[in-house]
Amino acid sequence: MSAVLVVAEHDGQTLHAGVARAVSCGLAIEADRLDVAVLGQDCGGVARQAARIEGVTRVLCLDRSENAKPVAAIRAPQLAALAADGYSHVLGPSTTFGKDLMPRVAALLGVPQVSDIMSVEGDRRFKRPIYAGNAVLTVETPAEHIVVGTARLASWPVAGEDGEAAIEQAQTDVELPEHTSWLELKSAETERPDLQSASVVVSGGRALGSGENFSLLYDLADRLGAAVGASRAAVDAGYVSNDMQVGQTGKIIAPDLYFAIGISGAIQHLTGIKDAGVIVAINKDPEAPIFEVADIGLVGDLFAIVPEIQAAVEDS
Amino acid sequence: MRKILVTLKRVVDSNVRVRVKPDGSGMAVEGLKMSVNPFDEIALEEALRMRERGEAGEVLAVTIGGDECQQQLRTGLAMGADRALLVRCEGEVQPLAAAGILLEVIRREEPDIVIMGKQAIDDDCNQTGQMVATLWGRPQATFASEVKLNGDTARVIREVDAGLETLEVQLPAVITTDLRLNEPRYIKLPDIMKARSKPLETLSADDLVPAAPPALTALSYEPPAQRQKGVVVDDVPALMGMLRERGLVS
Ligand SMILES: Cc1cc2nc3c(=O)[nH]c(=O)nc-3n(C[C@H](O)[C@H](O)[C@H](O)COP(=O)(O)OP(=O)(O)OC[C@H]3O[C@@H](n4cnc5c(N)ncnc54)[C@H](O)[C@@H]3O)c2cc1C
Repeated sequence: MSAVLVVAEHDGQTLHAGVARAVSCGLAIEADRLDVAVLGQDCGGVARQAARIEGVTRVLCLDRSENAKPVAAIRAPQLAALAADGYSHVLGPSTTFGKDLMPRVAALLGVPQVSDIMSVEGDRRFKRPIYAGNAVLTVETPAEHIVVGTARLASWPVAGEDGEAAIEQAQTDVELPEHTSWLELKSAETERPDLQSASVVVSGGRALGSGENFSLLYDLADRLGAAVGASRAAVDAGYVSNDMQVGQTGKIIAPDLYFAIGISGAIQHLTGIKDAGVIVAINKDPEAPIFEVADIGLVGDLFAIVPEIQAAVEDS
Repeated sequence: MRKILVTLKRVVDSNVRVRVKPDGSGMAVEGLKMSVNPFDEIALEEALRMRERGEAGEVLAVTIGGDECQQQLRTGLAMGADRALLVRCEGEVQPLAAAGILLEVIRREEPDIVIMGKQAIDDDCNQTGQMVATLWGRPQATFASEVKLNGDTARVIREVDAGLETLEVQLPAVITTDLRLNEPRYIKLPDIMKARSKPLETLSADDLVPAAPPALTALSYEPPAQRQKGVVVDDVPALMGMLRERGLVS
């Protein structure tokens, strides 16, 4: 009997869009059932959203005040206890939330973790990227042990929305540590779509030269209904905030359309966009590596080209 | 005075392109330039700055691997670590095994802070720091972009998908570094000379941890699916035409 437990990420109100992708990864294991664990405080609303994901058998709520904030050291022992109670697999999203939490769950269960699962080849066999995406490794997890993993979200489709899973309260009898206090979260205020789920993304690199110049990209993004991303160089230079970084150590995304503007195309950046539908590159250097992967390239000065695109979009 | 333990992993240099061996049995790493994992360099830099601000006493650099890893420990000593420890171990060391070995080192050394890179750029696992913290029964603050020490706590700003999160953890604790925590210093020639006389101890992993934990088995390696090189258009109207044709813009 195999059974999959998927850990829900949420902010207390809204289920993270990646959960429906992690569920797709879990369903690929072809288990007898797939449950979603929602740890939080007053998380009924989140649980109802999770219950609508197609393929989910049950939603298990671990509602307690200590779960109000996503502290890995507090949630991991509860998840490990839940997972040890009859599950063959426990999966989280490969987001900063899942990356922080799941290795703690694995260590408590005494098993290795499979990070960034991009395909399921069998109930113990998975493919994952290594070396910044320069290679794909097929691994097998040890027999007789529970499987712990994170799903590389860009590799998985969003599961359907017509589910009607049962919602149950769950309880675990574990001691929780008090050594960690959650103090605050500072998010950049934005009305734009979320970078990880947007269908169009406009990204800028070092060539933008300043935070002010990024307004060129914001204007274009607003016209296109797009999210705005950035290379590491643009984030390091302080042009934009860290949550906009795309790449190996930022966000791995798969929009239908990606604009790389003034971005050279370093391997660490490309690893974040290789699942994009169409990549458009705008760069003044015809030899820039970004043109090796771009579907449509345009060689020239971004400060001339971007306003022209803006005008063309406004005309239509 | 606080004692800081920093881990350094030997990896292929981040500027080198690594390829899969033609027979798919592994990565072709022979003869490639090896370096300290960039995230670990940041970890060491942070420890050195703490010591230089008078917030820490000793900085110990630890690695697990073969004798060749002494090279990376010497780099760490040249950067400014006070001591180095090589835990000798044959073959690949996965995160859970590394965490078990580091736990034994921690028991011997009793550091107040363990600073590690958030991931190694070879296996890209992003697990070991979290596993060390768990086995040790201590807090973690992963993906740090700012660390402030205050008595027996650390206040850490973390780079998370939604922005910047602040945690306060009681020491001892494990901190893992993100890229924007600091910019590691360059090593000067006299530092390399000085590093030669600093202590580098060697232990055997088998003596520390008698039985290896369950591990993943690597079955095969393959190159990633390549994107096809597309077309280069001459101007914006041509670009817009193609995007409209594909229904990507209205
Ligand atoms: C461990 C590690 C992890 C990393 N993780 C990431 C990551 O997650 N994401 C990431 O992006 N990077 C990452 N990097 C950094 C990566 O290696 C590159 O340094 C970075 O992506 C470069 O950013 P860039 O393309 O904006 O800048 P550059 O490489 O400097 O490229 C700027 C480009 O702009 C072009 N240009 C200049 N002026 C104009 C103009 N007026 N009009 C048009 N084009 C112009 C230039 O021709 C050039 O191609 C990582 C590096 C390391 C070592």
